[in-house]
Amino acid sequence: MSGLPVRARFAVTAAAALVLAGVAVGYTALSSGPGGDVVAGAVSGPRLQVLGNGRLSVVSRTDPSAPREVTDQRCDRAYAAGGTIACLRPVGPLKAGGLAVLDSSLRELRTVPLTGFPNRARVSASGRMVAWTLFVDGHSYAANGFSTSTGILDTRTGALVTSLEEFTSTVDGSVVTAADRNYWGVTFAADDNRFYATMSTGGHRYLVEGDFAARTVKALADDVECPSLSPDGTRIAFKAAVGGDPQRGWRLSTLDLATMAVTPSAEARSVDDQPAWLDDRTIAYGVQRGDGVNDVWVVPADGTGSPRVLVPEANSPAPL
Amino acid sequence: MYLSTIDRPRAGGWKGVSANVFALGAVSLVTDVSSEMVTAVLPLYLVVGLQLSPAAYGVVDGVYTGATTLLRLAGGYLADRTTRRKAVAGFGYALSAVAKLGLLAAGTSTALLGAVITADRAGKGLRTAPRDALITLSTPSGDLGRAFGVHRAMDGIGAFAGPLVALAVLAAAGESFDSVFVTSSCVAALGVVILLVFVRDHRSAVPATPVRPSAVVELLRDRDVRRVVPAAAVLGLATIGDGFVYLLLQKREGLAIGWFPLLAVGTSLVYLLLAAPMGALADRVGRLPVVLGGYAALVAVYLLVFGPLGGLPLVAVVLVLYGFFYAATDGVLMALAGPVLPERLRATGIALVQSGQAVAYLGSSVLFGLAWQFWGPETATRLAACGVVLALAATAVLMGRRA
Repeated sequence: MSGLPVRARFAVTAAAALVLAGVAVGYTALSSGPGGDVVAGAVSGPRLQVLGNGRLSVVSRTDPSAPREVTDQRCDRAYAAGGTIACLRPVGPLKAGGLAVLDSSLRELRTVPLTGFPNRARVSASGRMVAWTLFVDGHSYAANGFSTSTGILDTRTGALVTSLEEFTSTVDGSVVTAADRNYWGVTFAADDNRFYATMSTGGHRYLVEGDFAARTVKALADDVECPSLSPDGTRIAFKAAVGGDPQRGWRLSTLDLATMAVTPSAEARSVDDQPAWLDDRTIAYGVQRGDGVNDVWVVPADGTGSPRVLVPEANSPAPL
Repeated sequence: MYLSTIDRPRAGGWKGVSANVFALGAVSLVTDVSSEMVTAVLPLYLVVGLQLSPAAYGVVDGVYTGATTLLRLAGGYLADRTTRRKAVAGFGYALSAVAKLGLLAAGTSTALLGAVITADRAGKGLRTAPRDALITLSTPSGDLGRAFGVHRAMDGIGAFAGPLVALAVLAAAGESFDSVFVTSSCVAALGVVILLVFVRDHRSAVPATPVRPSAVVELLRDRDVRRVVPAAAVLGLATIGDGFVYLLLQKREGLAIGWFPLLAVGTSLVYLLLAAPMGALADRVGRLPVVLGGYAALVAVYLLVFGPLGGLPLVAVVLVLYGFFYAATDGVLMALAGPVLPERLRATGIALVQSGQAVAYLGSSVLFGLAWQFWGPETATRLAACGVVLALAATAVLMGRRA
């Protein structure tokens, strides 16, 4: 074809460019069309906030299969309490992720730019304190060593702790400064100052009790991950590594803070989530199916009963 | 032919840069828009779009390098054997265009994604040596620096525009990765059309004794080739990889993830601006000094990553030096090697030089990764800088010596 006259060569090229541009533009225009077909409607009675298909939604606790209130807010993880919603916005091709703090009418009160992949989000019962965990390096259990970044925001004073590694941490009374310290899964006590979280170091995954004002954390127990404090403040629901080895999975369990006695729940499957208390007797958590879709399950906290699906195709449960 | 005479070619002029070089440059420009569109979004697509774990991403990312090297030699040899350099290059360009669509078809299958990316890289491997051979065969030897400079500058424009086009498509398509792949494939197809329509093959008569696989051995018996290929390999061994440099910058300055692609854009901007002037300079003052100057800039880059500068000045200086390094070495090294290689084995010889460099580069990336792990990034970059200095000395000795 390079034997053609110059004008013909340009004509051929221009024609090809037009056709190819048409294909590209056509495909792009079609793929930007609207998507999503969730049955939406008003929710009455006791309510539960969940993420459905990545969108902040509200379902009825008594009739979770009824129409959902679906918002435009996209989150990778979310939690709500006391009129405050914490939404960890997903990392997209054009934007970095971050924390968005919303009020109950979805007004954006504050955003915190964060780098990493959203993993956990929590709000204190009063709605004042917000905590989050991100995977920052390796960002997966697939690589043996992963690294997390856990921060806390006091929405009343604006005090922001971007990493719990800034706090002084102690195990058995001695200060730990090891570089391999990682924190995740914060849960707040009723006074909006004390909190519990997981600290991993040297192969241990400790339950730590933290003091936000004093900027300290101290280890209370070993093999306690992703704690969640019961509304009455007496027990902690958590995931316990089977035989102390996360490779063998986790058993959803509760810990009595007065006696330190551990009670495994009736959920026998490995659960990789920070549980949420729906009331003083029931805990909810996400379980991923084989195809990657999550369902929200519930199980009694006292080890009795059996687990059941509460909200299909949803995760990040939070009672409202 | 003495290397010293090649090294200091008679000063030619821009007229030596033929329409064919510009046509090949246009093909590379368009193709690079296509490939860099995908390169810019692929990590995000795999990790954010498909939610692959980093381990799986590493597998997908790592599979293709070996295939490229072997296919580069195959492409070069095939081009010499048939003397159909344009056809072999065209097949490579077409293969990459189709592979972009394959990304859509592969879905979330790690194995299929790996296969598709391998096909894309195979296309690149096949086309590179015949294309560079065509450039050398279409240009008087005194103007080779300029010719490669012009070609690499046009290539650089494509590499510069690619990520920007990808971002524009993402914005227009509601962040759908599919649209980026389809658009990329269409752009690549246009590159193939331009090649078919505008590039003239440089077909010499098929030699009476056809080129055989033993040609590689024959090439390696040549004294000049025996200096060019090891020199290229030694230089390759001293290069640690863009990803590491950008990662070090990103970590040191705490840059957000969004900045990552921009670092590559900054480097290619400097590269495309300097490629042609550096080519002309190489034609005037000698190609070896320019290549060595480029590697000296690389030493500075490695030292600066943990040096006294910080903040925006550090990022700016590193990107300028890094772009200068590419401008002074990438095309100029081909201009340096081209005339040494006998015409009938030109594509094979170029493939040999590039493969030597690529294999060494692969090795150095692994070594650097290990050094990073054991001694930390600071010591590792210092060692890398020492490595470049040693490579510089070795190259100066190998190439500067009169035969």
